[in-house]
Amino acid sequence: MTAATPAKAVDRIRVQTDDFDLQAEYQTLRGIDAAAGAVVLFTGLVRDLNQGDAVRGLTLEHYPGMTEKVLADIVTEARQRWRLLQVSILHRVGALAPADQIVLVGCASAHRGDAFAACEFIMDFLKTRAPFWKQERTAGGHRWVEARDTDRDAAKRW
Amino acid sequence: MIKLLYFARFRDQLDCAEEQLALPAHIDTVADLAAHLSERGANWRGTLADSQALVAVNQEISGFETAVKDGDEIAFFPPVTGG
Repeated sequence: MTAATPAKAVDRIRVQTDDFDLQAEYQTLRGIDAAAGAVVLFTGLVRDLNQGDAVRGLTLEHYPGMTEKVLADIVTEARQRWRLLQVSILHRVGALAPADQIVLVGCASAHRGDAFAACEFIMDFLKTRAPFWKQERTAGGHRWVEARDTDRDAAKRW
Repeated sequence: MIKLLYFARFRDQLDCAEEQLALPAHIDTVADLAAHLSERGANWRGTLADSQALVAVNQEISGFETAVKDGDEIAFFPPVTGG
């Protein structure tokens, strides 16, 4: 994707097995100057229930290489739509347990409107475009999570 | 040679994560490739004919009409469910 305002060096895009530290990410997004007037952070967590079944855990896989490109493209698109100082996307892969953190999206901007909107846009696009797949562990065995229409609808409104 | 990748449910159904394939002469598009792979059996035919099947050519989301050439990396996978 060619873009006038590409993802910048300050943006952090990571796919990792390790957990992430919200406080550390917040400090990074605040930056060292006082330009940031707003930081919005979203975290997605593993729920213990899906489609009526108790979920014992998740395994997340992804397409190494393509995932990072798609996430960078989404940040590029967000930067074309809103004035953003800094963006972070951290997404975990591997085995996760209920209540674990899965994903963090953080946006810093001069005013809150840009950071709020961009954060929601990035999550909606991540859910429908980034090549991650969840497999749930339940009492009945392993099952691949199906894509949801509500996620597709959420991405369409942008 | 082309590199083929299969992810998530598709990998399980095909019992294959990754393979190298000498590109047969008559294959010009992803659809041609899917038809070629479908000759391997019912699980290949069923998986690649899935109406929700997605394809990426060289790590870009593409369509079944997308051209395929030697050296490409082509991945087949179901709709994504991250986040």
